[in-house]
Amino acid sequence: MDSTKLLELKKTAVNVRKWALTAVYKAQSGHPGGSLSLADIITYLYFAEMKVDPQNPADPMRDRFVLSKGHCSPAYYAALGLKGYFDVKGLETFRQIDSIFQGHPDMKGVPGVDMSTGSLGMGISAACGMALAGRGKYRVYTALGDGECQEGSVWEAAMLAAHYKLDNLVAMIDFNGLQIGGNITDVMNPTPFDKKFEAFGWHTIVIDGHDFEQIEAALNEARTVKDKPTAIICKTAKGKGVSYMENNYKWHGNAPKTPEYEQAMNELNAWEVSLNG
Amino acid sequence: MAEKIATRESYGNGLVELGAKYPEIVVLDADLAESTKTVYFKKAYPDRFFDCGIAEQNMVAVAAGLATCGKIPFCSSFAMFASGRAFDQVRNGVAYPKLNVKICATHAGITVGEDGATHQCLEDMGIMRTIPNMVVLNPGDDVEAKAALRAAAEHKGPVYMRFGRAPVPVLFDANTFKFEIGKGQILAEGSDVTIVATGIMLEAALNAKQLLANEGISAEVIDICTIKPIDRDLLLASAAKTGAVVTAEEHNIIGGLGSAVAEVLCEGLPVPMRRVGVEDQFGRSGKVPALLEFYGLTAENIACKAKEAIAMKK
Repeated sequence: MDSTKLLELKKTAVNVRKWALTAVYKAQSGHPGGSLSLADIITYLYFAEMKVDPQNPADPMRDRFVLSKGHCSPAYYAALGLKGYFDVKGLETFRQIDSIFQGHPDMKGVPGVDMSTGSLGMGISAACGMALAGRGKYRVYTALGDGECQEGSVWEAAMLAAHYKLDNLVAMIDFNGLQIGGNITDVMNPTPFDKKFEAFGWHTIVIDGHDFEQIEAALNEARTVKDKPTAIICKTAKGKGVSYMENNYKWHGNAPKTPEYEQAMNELNAWEVSLNG
Repeated sequence: MAEKIATRESYGNGLVELGAKYPEIVVLDADLAESTKTVYFKKAYPDRFFDCGIAEQNMVAVAAGLATCGKIPFCSSFAMFASGRAFDQVRNGVAYPKLNVKICATHAGITVGEDGATHQCLEDMGIMRTIPNMVVLNPGDDVEAKAALRAAAEHKGPVYMRFGRAPVPVLFDANTFKFEIGKGQILAEGSDVTIVATGIMLEAALNAKQLLANEGISAEVIDICTIKPIDRDLLLASAAKTGAVVTAEEHNIIGGLGSAVAEVLCEGLPVPMRRVGVEDQFGRSGKVPALLEFYGLTAENIACKAKEAIAMKK
């Protein structure tokens, strides 16, 4: 990856984090931890990987994305807004009565959202349907939570995707290791993800989900895989980018108060400044 | 005696006809194609048929994904699993985003027969009726089933359709039958009581009219195939005429046709009412005629309840 592209992606991802946190702060409600762990993955997908046009969000030949972990809508909306599907300032109305930005993604309300999600374990199935419809025409991406993989229907979808040889389907597992009730291995151990998806007939790749060069390499590799879907297990840190949120499951579904928000924005601004060298 | 055809046969045959007209139609099943009769579509259009295995939840959400890409998915399983196992996917994956998915459930009600309670779904119309954006259709014979299926294909949005396992008499003439979602129809005029029937209870309702006529009672018989949106105007007009109403359905008396009619009458024109259906019980194994008798889904019981409703008139 050339250095200009890498720098742009890093800056965009910091902005995704800032807007995701702002949305949750303004609403005093929402899911910051998983939004921050997902930020680099979703940034790469929308700004470097997917064939999409914010001016033509209904293009039938576009690539699709399904946020199977729908509660991380703040990062999703932030990426879509920064990409140009709508004015990102709209996120200040997140979760309010008159807002299009519902707590979980609503495809009928938000331009660019390809599938409504929120009930866990369902988005990957919808992505399978899209991939079936799009075989030979477009690619389909979905992002799952690691805790979400405790839902049995995830594995029903995993079976179907392999059975129908959906090589236009990529599942990104946001492996931050934490869920609302604590460490995923304490609540109900869904690991090892790589061996499980491999056993279900998928091509698997394990990467650092905060390293854009590894994300790029994995997605490029996925394009070369024939007759198999690809699962990219992205090792991430919940709350990535905000010191007090990192690797703390208490920030799964809690909104920061004003001093906490200010500290978070100061840290993210400092990160952005450091990128500019 | 009229020819008997199970409405699941009507569904399977009707799907093949629709497949020729609508290239966007795809069909999904959960390892029950031989039973739901989607096997006919599978044979006619193998590239447009997807077996999802015994995984109904995934099947419904896969259908939702296909619908976002312009396909018209018809997905089938037994009513128990389509409405029960996959409820969350139907509600959140299909109905909330108002996707063009048709949930076509066969083996509804107690006439599943020998398989017994675990497979005799008596709650599906109630479950599906409570979901916003959902249309609920419960056809009663071969002609109505095929007409309802065509209407479902033309309707843009989610539809739940209910078909039966057991052969039932063909009541309507395909050459003259008209069907519109949301419209019921008067099968026989009457003045003392209205029998509102749905699905396989149409024949029993017509027989009940005859039993009542033998006692000098004039019953009107209404066919309600569209459980939601229900034909409020037709129900209120008939209730105004007769002043007493009985419903008949192969479903729990809680949640289905009886509840839907009670909601309309209580708000619009309260009249004495009785409900014939399975009275908040589970099913059991048995032969179909024995089961219908056991649960009171008979012309005799409808006639009896009709007289009770009439007796309540002031």
